[in-house]
Amino acid sequence: MPEYIEKVKFDDEGYLENHEHWSEDLAKTMAEEEGIYDLTSRHLEVIYAIRGEFAEKGEAPTLRRLTKVHGFPTKELYQLFPGGPGKKAARIAGVKKPHGCI
Amino acid sequence: MNKKQIIILGGGTAGNIFSHKLVKSLNTDEWEITVIDRSPIHYYQPGFLFIPFGIYRPEDVVKNKSELLHPNVNQVFSEIDRIVPQENNVYLENGSALKYDYLIISTGVDIAPDEVEGMKGDLWGLQVFDFYSFDGAVSLQMAMKNFKGGNLVVHVTEMPIKCPVAPLEFAFLSDYYFKRNGYRPEVNIHYVTPLPEAFTKPEAAKVFGNFLLNKNIKIHTDFNIAAVDNENKNIISWDEREIPFDLLVTVPTNMGSEFIGRSGMGDELNLMPTNQATLKARNFDNIFVAGDATDIPTSKAGSVIHYQAEVIVQNLISKIKNNPLNAKFDGHTNCFIETGNEKAILIDFDYENDPTRGRFPIHGLGPMSLLKETRINHLGKMAFKWLYWNRIIKGKDIPFSS
Repeated sequence: MPEYIEKVKFDDEGYLENHEHWSEDLAKTMAEEEGIYDLTSRHLEVIYAIRGEFAEKGEAPTLRRLTKVHGFPTKELYQLFPGGPGKKAARIAGVKKPHGCI
Repeated sequence: MNKKQIIILGGGTAGNIFSHKLVKSLNTDEWEITVIDRSPIHYYQPGFLFIPFGIYRPEDVVKNKSELLHPNVNQVFSEIDRIVPQENNVYLENGSALKYDYLIISTGVDIAPDEVEGMKGDLWGLQVFDFYSFDGAVSLQMAMKNFKGGNLVVHVTEMPIKCPVAPLEFAFLSDYYFKRNGYRPEVNIHYVTPLPEAFTKPEAAKVFGNFLLNKNIKIHTDFNIAAVDNENKNIISWDEREIPFDLLVTVPTNMGSEFIGRSGMGDELNLMPTNQATLKARNFDNIFVAGDATDIPTSKAGSVIHYQAEVIVQNLISKIKNNPLNAKFDGHTNCFIETGNEKAILIDFDYENDPTRGRFPIHGLGPMSLLKETRINHLGKMAFKWLYWNRIIKGKDIPFSS
């Protein structure tokens, strides 16, 4: 494991404990763990939108917010982050897992 | 002297509780209280679940709002066009404005089937139904009666929804219903959820997951619906899974009232940003928000409003006197979950504590078992309708208040 990853801590579910320890290099490695081998600028647009909202509100945006507020079409989010864009993108963005609703 | 104005938007469970509590807590020589609602009919929404199974008749869940609201409040039945908080005005559909000193928003959430492609398509009302509206529940009753075999798909579109246990109850009651009418061997029941397991709270999810398994109901998790395919009778997820249905019972997206969106005050679901402890609107100093209309992380359920109402009344009075808002809502929720066989489970939780096993005292009925299926919990659920009409919406104490 690269050295910059050893320094940072993850919670039980693999989410970064401190979002300030995030870097694009780390995102690349985490993306590969999620089966995304080519982290494009479009991926990064989504990731920075998530990080921006997390910094502001302390919570990752829901899929609906990514679509309605940030303007990423749901279909594309599923293409960029296959399987589960909400949780996967939040993990790669280095923020806490989005809260399940009640 | 002109009286000061309190306007309550929405005459549902919350609006009724406030009409009764505020008349008692405020001097009505100084204060005038007005409830605005689009409909003169009040529905007992927890009863919708039972209508498709013929357990309740439609008339069991309907009363006139004018009989329920406190007689000393003004009642206005009209669609709301928008709130202009800078003017402290509520505008009605006909353009007239009502001025408020304080506003309580309790307009709840409603289903929005148009949010999913094809949901309100050709099969809506024929093979695709909801049971979160009165009309949906009533028309579904005939469809259930005529259903003699095939795929019954019970589906949740996206969270949050009101009464998040209701779709599980629908699946459990369907199993019981078809066992009793003899068609259960011909009916495949599927439970489809966007959540990673049967429920939001881990301990309860385990219990409900086992119930689904034991009742031979197949669960499909992490299913985020992209479309209803009316031609091939499938629901399709964004990750391209398909589940065929002969009868689709869906809980569409739940959204707050459109006028909240029109007023530019809500979030992407038209829910009001609300302080989760004081229940004051986060961006407005003379507005409180109650019940389903808030964005706070608690269940959208009548029991929640019962617990919130006291907090709001106290904080409203503090606000009027320019005192700090000391009353805090702790997220307390409890609900009965019908499991079929005339049994039910009771769960109880708040912001900090997830549902656990144990006992919950209810005066007059005795201790109820938590997270355990019992007959007495079912009786509790059935007694709830009486409590609702006679105590809860009149703002009186109920034996659950602990």
